[in-house]
Amino acid sequence: MQKEIKDFMLMWADNSMILGQRLGEWCGHGPVLEQDIALTNIALDLIGEARNLYQYLAENEGKQEDDYPMLRDVRAFKNVLLVEQPNGDWAETMMRQFMFDCWHYYFVEELTKSNEARLAAVAKKTLKEVSYHLDFSSEWILRLGDGTEVSHQKAQDALDKLIPFFDEMLKPVDYEQYSFDAGIGPDSDVVKMGATEKFHQVIEKSTLKVPEKYFHKYGGKTGAHSEHLGFIIADMQFMQRAYPSVTW
Amino acid sequence: MKDWPLFEIFIRSKNGLNHKHVGSLHAADAQMAIQNARDVYTRRNEGVSIWVAEAKNITASNPDENEALFDPASDKIYRHPTFYVLPDALKHM
Repeated sequence: MQKEIKDFMLMWADNSMILGQRLGEWCGHGPVLEQDIALTNIALDLIGEARNLYQYLAENEGKQEDDYPMLRDVRAFKNVLLVEQPNGDWAETMMRQFMFDCWHYYFVEELTKSNEARLAAVAKKTLKEVSYHLDFSSEWILRLGDGTEVSHQKAQDALDKLIPFFDEMLKPVDYEQYSFDAGIGPDSDVVKMGATEKFHQVIEKSTLKVPEKYFHKYGGKTGAHSEHLGFIIADMQFMQRAYPSVTW
Repeated sequence: MKDWPLFEIFIRSKNGLNHKHVGSLHAADAQMAIQNARDVYTRRNEGVSIWVAEAKNITASNPDENEALFDPASDKIYRHPTFYVLPDALKHM
Protein backbone atom coordinates (compact mmCIF):
# COMPACT_ATOMS: atom_id res chain seq x y z
CA MET A 1 0.00 0.00 0.00
CA GLN A 2 1.22 3.48 -0.91
CA LYS A 3 2.36 5.58 2.03
CA GLU A 4 -0.03 8.37 1.03
CA ILE A 5 -3.01 6.03 1.00
CA LYS A 6 -2.01 4.62 4.34
CA ASP A 7 -1.68 8.13 5.81
CA PHE A 8 -5.06 9.03 4.40
CA MET A 9 -6.66 5.99 6.04
CA LEU A 10 -4.90 6.75 9.33
CA MET A 11 -6.18 10.32 9.27
CA TRP A 12 -9.72 9.03 8.74
CA ALA A 13 -9.40 6.33 11.40
CA ASP A 14 -7.55 8.45 13.98
CA ASN A 15 -10.16 11.20 13.75
CA SER A 16 -12.91 8.80 14.72
CA MET A 17 -10.82 6.92 17.27
CA ILE A 18 -9.70 10.01 19.18
CA LEU A 19 -13.12 11.67 19.14
CA GLY A 20 -14.66 8.36 20.23
CA GLN A 21 -12.19 8.23 23.10
CA ARG A 22 -13.00 11.81 24.06
CA LEU A 23 -16.73 11.18 24.03
CA GLY A 24 -16.15 8.09 26.13
CA GLU A 25 -14.92 10.39 28.89
CA TRP A 26 -18.53 11.53 29.28
CA CYS A 27 -19.61 8.01 30.18
CA GLY A 28 -21.17 8.22 33.62
CA HIS A 29 -20.86 12.02 33.65
CA GLY A 30 -23.56 13.11 31.18
CA PRO A 31 -25.93 15.88 32.32
CA VAL A 32 -28.83 13.43 32.22
CA LEU A 33 -28.93 9.68 31.73
CA GLU A 34 -30.41 9.96 28.24
CA GLN A 35 -27.64 12.18 26.90
CA ASP A 36 -25.03 10.05 28.60
CA ILE A 37 -26.28 7.06 26.63
CA ALA A 38 -26.55 9.09 23.44
CA LEU A 39 -22.90 10.15 23.64
CA THR A 40 -21.60 6.68 24.36
CA ASN A 41 -23.64 5.42 21.41
CA ILE A 42 -21.94 7.96 19.17
CA ALA A 43 -18.55 7.10 20.69
CA LEU A 44 -19.08 3.43 19.88
CA ASP A 45 -20.14 4.25 16.31
CA LEU A 46 -16.92 6.19 15.84
CA ILE A 47 -14.65 3.58 17.40
CA GLY A 48 -16.32 0.88 15.30
CA GLU A 49 -15.65 2.92 12.18
CA ALA A 50 -11.99 3.37 13.14
CA ARG A 51 -11.63 -0.34 13.87
CA ASN A 52 -12.83 -1.24 10.38
CA LEU A 53 -10.05 0.89 8.96
CA TYR A 54 -7.32 -0.30 11.34
CA GLN A 55 -8.29 -3.89 10.52
CA TYR A 56 -7.97 -3.23 6.83
CA LEU A 57 -4.56 -1.59 7.32
CA ALA A 58 -3.43 -4.49 9.52
CA GLU A 59 -4.42 -7.04 6.87
CA ASN A 60 -2.46 -5.10 4.30
CA GLU A 61 0.64 -4.65 6.38
CA GLY A 62 0.70 -7.97 8.22
CA LYS A 63 0.13 -6.27 11.56
CA GLN A 64 -2.42 -6.42 14.35
CA GLU A 65 -5.39 -4.07 14.51
CA ASP A 66 -4.31 -2.86 17.96
CA ASP A 67 -0.88 -1.85 16.70
CA TYR A 68 -2.34 1.34 15.25
CA PRO A 69 -4.31 2.91 18.11
CA MET A 70 -2.42 1.27 20.96
CA LEU A 71 1.24 1.24 19.96
CA ARG A 72 1.89 4.30 17.84
CA ASP A 73 3.45 7.39 19.37
CA VAL A 74 1.75 10.78 19.41
CA ARG A 75 3.48 12.17 16.35
CA ALA A 76 2.31 9.22 14.24
CA PHE A 77 -1.36 10.09 14.80
CA LYS A 78 -2.95 11.95 11.91
CA ASN A 79 -6.16 13.18 13.50
CA VAL A 80 -7.20 16.82 13.22
CA LEU A 81 -6.65 19.11 16.20
CA LEU A 82 -10.40 19.56 16.73
CA VAL A 83 -11.06 16.02 17.94
CA GLU A 84 -8.36 16.10 20.62
CA GLN A 85 -9.73 19.27 22.23
CA PRO A 86 -11.02 18.72 25.77
CA ASN A 87 -14.71 18.06 26.38
CA GLY A 88 -15.23 21.33 28.28
CA ASP A 89 -18.89 21.85 29.13
CA TRP A 90 -21.86 20.41 27.27
CA ALA A 91 -21.93 23.32 24.80
CA GLU A 92 -18.27 22.77 23.92
CA THR A 93 -18.73 19.05 23.44
CA MET A 94 -21.77 19.67 21.22
CA MET A 95 -20.03 22.39 19.22
CA ARG A 96 -16.99 20.17 18.63
CA GLN A 97 -19.32 17.34 17.66
CA PHE A 98 -21.36 19.51 15.32
CA MET A 99 -18.29 20.87 13.55
CA PHE A 100 -16.87 17.39 13.21
CA ASP A 101 -20.18 15.93 12.00
CA CYS A 102 -20.49 18.62 9.30
CA TRP A 103 -17.17 17.47 7.86
CA HIS A 104 -17.59 13.77 8.62
CA TYR A 105 -20.95 13.52 6.89
CA TYR A 106 -19.83 14.98 3.57
CA PHE A 107 -16.48 13.22 3.82
CA VAL A 108 -17.97 9.73 4.04
CA GLU A 109 -20.71 10.60 1.57
CA GLU A 110 -18.02 11.36 -1.00
CA LEU A 111 -16.11 8.25 0.02
CA THR A 112 -19.02 5.98 -0.85
CA LYS A 113 -17.90 6.65 -4.45
CA SER A 114 -14.32 5.51 -3.79
CA ASN A 115 -12.89 3.06 -6.29
CA GLU A 116 -11.47 1.16 -3.34
CA ALA A 117 -14.41 -1.17 -2.61
CA ARG A 118 -13.55 -1.88 1.00
CA LEU A 119 -13.32 1.80 1.88
CA ALA A 120 -16.53 2.56 0.01
CA ALA A 121 -18.24 -0.13 2.10
CA VAL A 122 -17.00 1.35 5.38
CA ALA A 123 -18.16 4.78 4.18
CA LYS A 124 -21.59 3.46 3.28
CA LYS A 125 -22.09 1.90 6.70
CA THR A 126 -20.75 5.01 8.42
CA LEU A 127 -22.94 7.40 6.44
CA LYS A 128 -26.09 6.10 8.16
CA GLU A 129 -24.52 6.54 11.56
CA VAL A 130 -23.18 9.99 10.81
CA SER A 131 -26.56 11.15 9.49
CA TYR A 132 -27.86 10.56 12.96
CA HIS A 133 -24.85 12.19 14.65
CA LEU A 134 -25.32 15.28 12.51
CA ASP A 135 -29.05 15.46 13.30
CA PHE A 136 -28.30 15.04 16.97
CA SER A 137 -25.58 17.70 17.21
CA SER A 138 -27.44 20.15 14.94
CA GLU A 139 -30.50 19.88 17.18
CA TRP A 140 -28.37 20.66 20.20
CA ILE A 141 -26.70 23.66 18.59
CA LEU A 142 -30.14 25.02 17.73
CA ARG A 143 -31.44 24.39 21.23
CA LEU A 144 -28.45 25.94 22.96
CA GLY A 145 -28.01 28.87 20.58
CA ASP A 146 -31.68 29.73 20.37
CA GLY A 147 -32.41 28.73 23.97
CA THR A 148 -31.93 30.80 27.10
CA GLU A 149 -29.53 33.69 27.53
CA VAL A 150 -27.13 31.43 29.42
CA SER A 151 -27.23 28.59 26.89
CA HIS A 152 -26.75 31.05 24.04
CA GLN A 153 -23.69 32.54 25.71
CA LYS A 154 -22.18 29.12 26.40
CA ALA A 155 -22.74 28.05 22.80
CA GLN A 156 -21.26 31.30 21.51
CA ASP A 157 -18.20 30.86 23.76
CA ALA A 158 -17.78 27.33 22.46
CA LEU A 159 -18.01 28.52 18.87
CA ASP A 160 -15.44 31.29 19.47
CA LYS A 161 -13.11 28.78 21.07
CA LEU A 162 -13.41 26.02 18.48
CA ILE A 163 -13.87 27.83 15.17
CA PRO A 164 -10.07 28.07 14.62
CA PHE A 165 -10.04 24.28 14.24
CA PHE A 166 -12.76 24.03 11.58
CA ASP A 167 -10.74 24.71 8.47
CA GLU A 168 -8.14 22.02 9.15
CA MET A 169 -10.72 19.36 8.30
CA LEU A 170 -11.60 21.06 5.03
CA LYS A 171 -8.16 21.89 3.71
CA PRO A 172 -6.50 18.87 2.10
CA VAL A 173 -2.89 17.99 2.87
CA ASP A 174 -0.63 16.22 0.36
CA TYR A 175 -1.71 12.67 1.08
CA GLU A 176 -5.38 13.63 0.76
CA GLN A 177 -4.77 15.22 -2.60
CA TYR A 178 -2.83 12.12 -3.66
CA SER A 179 -5.66 9.84 -2.51
CA PHE A 180 -8.20 11.88 -4.43
CA ASP A 181 -6.07 11.79 -7.59
CA ALA A 182 -5.84 8.01 -7.18
CA GLY A 183 -9.65 7.78 -7.15
CA ILE A 184 -9.64 6.58 -3.55
CA GLY A 185 -10.11 9.69 -1.45
CA PRO A 186 -12.98 12.21 -1.57
CA ASP A 187 -13.10 15.41 -3.55
CA SER A 188 -12.11 18.00 -0.94
CA ASP A 189 -13.92 20.79 -2.75
CA VAL A 190 -17.22 18.92 -2.59
CA VAL A 191 -16.68 18.06 1.08
CA LYS A 192 -15.81 21.66 1.89
CA MET A 193 -18.82 23.04 0.09
CA GLY A 194 -21.27 20.67 1.78
CA ALA A 195 -19.75 21.04 5.23
CA THR A 196 -19.47 24.83 5.10
CA GLU A 197 -23.02 25.29 3.90
CA LYS A 198 -24.47 23.01 6.55
CA PHE A 199 -22.35 24.64 9.23
CA HIS A 200 -23.40 28.18 8.43
CA GLN A 201 -27.02 27.25 7.95
CA VAL A 202 -27.30 25.75 11.44
CA ILE A 203 -25.17 28.43 13.11
CA GLU A 204 -27.30 31.17 11.58
CA LYS A 205 -30.55 29.49 12.55
CA SER A 206 -29.30 29.07 16.08
CA THR A 207 -28.68 32.87 16.25
CA LEU A 208 -24.95 32.38 16.89
CA LYS A 209 -22.29 34.49 15.21
CA VAL A 210 -19.08 33.27 13.64
CA PRO A 211 -16.34 35.63 14.88
CA GLU A 212 -15.11 38.00 12.20
CA LYS A 213 -11.45 37.48 12.97
CA TYR A 214 -9.66 34.39 14.11
CA PHE A 215 -6.55 32.39 13.32
CA HIS A 216 -6.84 29.02 11.68
CA LYS A 217 -4.98 26.25 13.44
CA TYR A 218 -3.45 23.42 11.48
CA GLY A 219 -1.02 20.60 12.13
CA GLY A 220 -2.80 17.50 13.42
CA LYS A 221 -3.08 15.88 9.99
CA THR A 222 0.70 15.90 9.66
CA GLY A 223 1.38 14.85 13.25
CA ALA A 224 1.92 18.26 14.90
CA HIS A 225 -0.58 17.94 17.72
CA SER A 226 -1.68 20.07 20.65
CA GLU A 227 -0.55 19.06 24.12
CA HIS A 228 -3.89 17.36 24.72
CA LEU A 229 -3.31 14.36 22.51
CA GLY A 230 -0.46 12.99 24.60
CA PHE A 231 -2.74 12.62 27.60
CA ILE A 232 -5.41 10.83 25.58
CA ILE A 233 -2.84 8.45 24.16
CA ALA A 234 -1.42 7.81 27.62
CA ASP A 235 -4.91 6.86 28.83
CA MET A 236 -5.52 4.65 25.82
CA GLN A 237 -2.17 2.95 25.67
CA PHE A 238 -1.29 2.45 29.32
CA MET A 239 -2.51 -1.12 29.46
CA GLN A 240 -0.82 -2.24 26.24
CA ARG A 241 2.46 -0.66 27.22
CA ALA A 242 2.47 -1.90 30.81
CA TYR A 243 1.29 -5.40 29.93
CA PRO A 244 2.14 -6.03 26.28
CA SER A 245 -0.26 -8.35 24.45
CA VAL A 246 -2.43 -8.74 27.52
CA THR A 247 -5.78 -10.41 26.82
CA TRP A 248 -9.02 -10.60 28.77
CA MET B 1 -32.77 19.91 33.15
CA LYS B 2 -34.57 18.90 36.30
CA ASP B 3 -37.71 20.50 34.95
CA TRP B 4 -37.71 18.49 31.75
CA PRO B 5 -41.09 16.79 31.44
CA LEU B 6 -41.55 13.05 31.49
CA PHE B 7 -42.40 11.27 28.25
CA GLU B 8 -43.88 7.81 27.85
CA ILE B 9 -42.26 5.80 25.09
CA PHE B 10 -43.96 3.34 22.77
CA ILE B 11 -42.02 1.15 20.35
CA ARG B 12 -43.26 -0.90 17.42
CA SER B 13 -40.96 -3.89 17.29
CA LYS B 14 -41.80 -4.75 13.70
CA ASN B 15 -44.24 -3.74 11.03
CA GLY B 16 -47.69 -5.17 11.58
CA LEU B 17 -47.41 -5.26 15.36
CA ASN B 18 -48.75 -2.68 17.80
CA HIS B 19 -46.68 -0.02 19.45
CA LYS B 20 -46.00 -1.19 22.96
CA HIS B 21 -45.18 0.84 26.03
CA VAL B 22 -41.52 0.26 26.93
CA GLY B 23 -40.82 2.88 29.59
CA SER B 24 -40.39 6.57 30.11
CA LEU B 25 -37.68 9.22 29.99
CA HIS B 26 -37.09 12.93 30.39
CA ALA B 27 -36.66 15.31 27.47
CA ALA B 28 -37.08 19.01 26.76
CA ASP B 29 -39.68 18.37 24.08
CA ALA B 30 -41.16 15.64 21.91
CA GLN B 31 -38.44 15.81 19.27
CA MET B 32 -35.71 15.30 21.84
CA ALA B 33 -37.79 12.55 23.42
CA ILE B 34 -37.71 10.65 20.12
CA GLN B 35 -33.92 11.02 19.88
CA ASN B 36 -33.50 9.95 23.49
CA ALA B 37 -35.85 7.02 23.01
CA ARG B 38 -33.89 5.95 19.96
CA ASP B 39 -30.71 5.87 22.04
CA VAL B 40 -32.19 4.41 25.20
CA TYR B 41 -34.69 1.89 23.87
CA THR B 42 -33.70 0.83 20.34
CA ARG B 43 -29.96 0.24 20.69
CA ARG B 44 -30.36 -3.49 20.24
CA ASN B 45 -32.62 -3.45 17.22
CA GLU B 46 -35.79 -3.39 19.27
CA GLY B 47 -37.85 -1.21 16.99
CA VAL B 48 -38.91 0.18 13.65
CA SER B 49 -41.08 3.01 14.94
CA ILE B 50 -41.26 5.22 18.02
CA TRP B 51 -44.17 7.09 19.54
CA VAL B 52 -43.70 9.51 22.40
CA ALA B 53 -46.39 11.15 24.52
CA GLU B 54 -45.89 13.53 27.38
CA ALA B 55 -46.88 11.63 30.50
CA LYS B 56 -49.23 14.40 31.69
CA ASN B 57 -51.29 13.96 28.53
CA ILE B 58 -52.08 10.37 29.31
CA THR B 59 -55.17 9.82 31.36
CA ALA B 60 -55.01 6.59 33.33
CA SER B 61 -57.71 4.60 35.04
CA ASN B 62 -57.80 4.95 38.79
CA PRO B 63 -56.46 1.86 40.58
CA ASP B 64 -59.01 2.46 43.35
CA GLU B 65 -61.73 1.72 40.84
CA ASN B 66 -60.21 -1.55 39.68
CA GLU B 67 -62.94 -3.63 41.31
CA ALA B 68 -65.70 -1.77 39.58
CA LEU B 69 -63.89 -1.60 36.27
CA PHE B 70 -62.38 -5.03 35.86
CA ASP B 71 -63.84 -7.53 38.28
CA PRO B 72 -67.23 -7.79 36.54
CA ALA B 73 -65.48 -9.28 33.50
CA SER B 74 -63.81 -12.08 35.43
CA ASP B 75 -66.86 -14.38 35.71
CA LYS B 76 -68.14 -13.91 32.17
CA ILE B 77 -66.39 -16.81 30.56
CA TYR B 78 -68.97 -16.86 27.77
CA ARG B 79 -67.23 -13.83 26.35
CA HIS B 80 -64.23 -15.97 25.48
CA PRO B 81 -64.86 -17.80 22.21
CA THR B 82 -63.68 -21.11 23.64
CA PHE B 83 -66.97 -23.03 23.39
CA TYR B 84 -67.18 -23.19 19.65
CA VAL B 85 -66.13 -26.25 17.75
CA LEU B 86 -63.94 -25.04 14.92
CA PRO B 87 -63.69 -26.90 11.63
CA ASP B 88 -60.25 -28.47 11.13
CA ALA B 89 -59.74 -26.39 8.00
CA LEU B 90 -59.49 -23.23 10.11
CA LYS B 91 -55.94 -23.07 11.26
CA HIS B 92 -55.33 -19.61 12.66
CA MET B 93 -58.22 -18.60 14.84
